[in-house]
Amino acid sequence: MEQPPDTPRIGVDEWVASVEGKRERYTGPRGAVLKRWERLPPAARVLVFATPAAVFPFLTSGGNLFRYGLFTLVYALLALGLNIVVGFAGLLDLGYVAFFGCGAYMYAILASPQFGNHWQAEAAIPVVVVFTAVVGLLVGLPSRRLLGDYLAILTLFFGQAFVVFVNNANRISFPFVGHADLTGGANGIANIDPFNFFGYRIDSTRKQYYLLLIAVALVLILLMFVNESRTGRAWRALREDPLAAEVMSIPVNRLKLLAFVFGAAVAGLTGAIYGTIATAALPGDYDVGLLITVYAIMILGGFGSIMGIVVGAMIVNNIPKLLHSSANARPLFYGTILLAILVKLRPWRLLAAELGGLVAFGFAIHGIASAAYPRLVDGESIGSGVSARALDHWMLFPKNPVKIADVAYILLVAAIVVYPQLSRVWRAVLLPPLLYLVMFVWENLLLVHIGGATRLILLGAMLVALMNIRPQGLFGTATVEIA
Amino acid sequence: MTGDATLLELKELDKSFGGLRVIADLDMVVKEHEIVSVIGPNGAGKTTLFNLITGIYRPDSGEIQLDGRNLVGMAPHKITELGIARTFQTLRLFLNMTVKENVMAAQYGHTKVGVLRSMVRTPGARREEKEIHRLAEEKLGFFGDRLMGYRWDQFAYSLSYANRRRLEIARAMATQARILLLDEPAAGMNPRETHEITELIGKLRDDGGYTILVIEHDMHVVEGISDRVVALDHGVKIAEGSFEAVATDPRVVEAYLGLRKTETK
Ligand SMILES: Nc1ncnc2c1ncn2[C@@H]1O[C@H](COP(=O)(O)OP(=O)(O)OP(=O)(O)O)[C@@H](O)[C@H]1O
Ligand SMILES: [Mg+2]
Repeated sequence: MEQPPDTPRIGVDEWVASVEGKRERYTGPRGAVLKRWERLPPAARVLVFATPAAVFPFLTSGGNLFRYGLFTLVYALLALGLNIVVGFAGLLDLGYVAFFGCGAYMYAILASPQFGNHWQAEAAIPVVVVFTAVVGLLVGLPSRRLLGDYLAILTLFFGQAFVVFVNNANRISFPFVGHADLTGGANGIANIDPFNFFGYRIDSTRKQYYLLLIAVALVLILLMFVNESRTGRAWRALREDPLAAEVMSIPVNRLKLLAFVFGAAVAGLTGAIYGTIATAALPGDYDVGLLITVYAIMILGGFGSIMGIVVGAMIVNNIPKLLHSSANARPLFYGTILLAILVKLRPWRLLAAELGGLVAFGFAIHGIASAAYPRLVDGESIGSGVSARALDHWMLFPKNPVKIADVAYILLVAAIVVYPQLSRVWRAVLLPPLLYLVMFVWENLLLVHIGGATRLILLGAMLVALMNIRPQGLFGTATVEIA
Repeated sequence: MTGDATLLELKELDKSFGGLRVIADLDMVVKEHEIVSVIGPNGAGKTTLFNLITGIYRPDSGEIQLDGRNLVGMAPHKITELGIARTFQTLRLFLNMTVKENVMAAQYGHTKVGVLRSMVRTPGARREEKEIHRLAEEKLGFFGDRLMGYRWDQFAYSLSYANRRRLEIARAMATQARILLLDEPAAGMNPRETHEITELIGKLRDDGGYTILVIEHDMHVVEGISDRVVALDHGVKIAEGSFEAVATDPRVVEAYLGLRKTETK
């Protein structure tokens, strides 16, 4: 292009235009898929998820449908509500699960033997949703002027206060009625009715699953519509820069409140559904553990990404549960590791060297151990068959692995934190021992018993790994800023 | 071109931060379809003046009137709705939103459809949404092809510095304001881009019908666009009038050259 001689040849603008050019936002095969995906109308996107989900009950047993299906959908619905508050409006709400609890308890009060109420679902659900929305409004009112850390602390306080409240509200005295047992205290409220829509009872796992699927699909579509509306844009604008949003004619405080109310309403709906699934409302169900899980789902999926939430819920609910049974777990585990190595390690020579190194390292350790510390190899791997027996000659299996595996576990967590900080050469050299350590912990600890704590640690490890690879989450858009 | 109707009027405006008096007893008038430049050395209180007009700060005393209506004490979004929009010296775009979304977001104030109606996309909601798109495209079109076509779907963070400044202006325009407050629109631009911005500001008034209050350090820009120039120093208006008159005013020269100290002693 000809330029007049006296102008600077390339201005900032022109530089961006010529170098970055009319670059597409996505490239390659991944880009082709993503572009097609973005062009789909919302309803079609939901169908992409809903169709396989609708077929799922026919492919699996009732127990699996409960474990994998129902809980994935409960988590997804719950995280969708949180996404309004945190993902869209950018308000760090740490009391969110209390709204979920409110929904469950409120439904329990309306439909269980606790007070002898047995409301129909078509009446109870709207009441529950409106009730939690009002609670959301009440919590939001004093908080709406709060920013960042202050809001986080205040909502955390609310969340904890809720747990204390339901634990103790079995002996509240009311002005006129006298003593009443509102929440069943530490024992909670049991025998919650299944939903009863105009006489049609949602009383089997399969029916509950489809009800949840409809709820998730509906909320998904509604949220997609809101996201692409005046209100959705205003929420995102206030997340980006509240001051600029306010000056651009957006009533920031009112919109924050609105986000709180809508988030609470979705949580309340989820709570009511969860109440009928669990058939009980227990104070322990609405504690910090759940909060962490829901946040993990959102971080994993990417803040503000509606579809990412669904995928995040699938991952967070199912992977730890799949790993729980050793028949699924071993192929899944080694498959994932192998796949990750195959994808990440280049060139082929390095890949071959690392794999060879890993095999050699295992035999060397095993050889040394059987000569010097026979106690380290006198156990056996779980399972039968050739592969399990072959593993016995390569991996260490102490007879009583608990203590040493715990130590190895802590070592592993430390190693995973340190490893990414190392130089390339050290990373290459230390990869085989690291993988061996991973497998050792896996074979001797995780495969043997995956408990609650292990689940959270696994979740943490997933998030740490994700933060290194894709800080914006699986489906989030990049939050880059070029100053 | 310049009408006679007073649009914005500041009366005895005062603002202090702690002990520091940043705006002192300031009177000022902006008439319809006028381009008024505010100049002054760093720290003179120019940006603070914008913050007062847009409601980010509340003046300690004095009045700010738009069409005779006092704005003091109103929330910023309300003031914007009434017709005053601004850009930021430090650029405050919604970085993780696309170019077009930035401009669409700024239309919140003059649109009506509530969240429930947009959830189910009623015909009214669709119609309004279409209108929001149209207006956004119109405002972005004001900048030639700089912010057109494939740029609509780019995230604001991927824009060049000059384009970010343009987008700030487009966003302010989209609020349907009558007065634009531009805080150093040419800062950080190369000569060619600066020239473009100068022409653009003229076009904003002539074709867009906006009244413009602009803070600018570049005297070529000020000379090129201003109907009137107001010079501030330490929050005090030290000169006002045509560019020639203000630029040669001894107090302005003094303020810019920093001769004050030697003379007041
Ligand atoms: N929020 C605040 N708190 C305390 N002091 C402030 C605040 N905002 C501005 N000031 C002070 O007020 C004075 C004027 O600031 P202002 O930003 O209005 O100057 P300006 O004329 O825009 O300067 P520049 O040309 O550098 O942009 C400065 O001394 C600044 O430090
Ligand atoms: Mg300034």
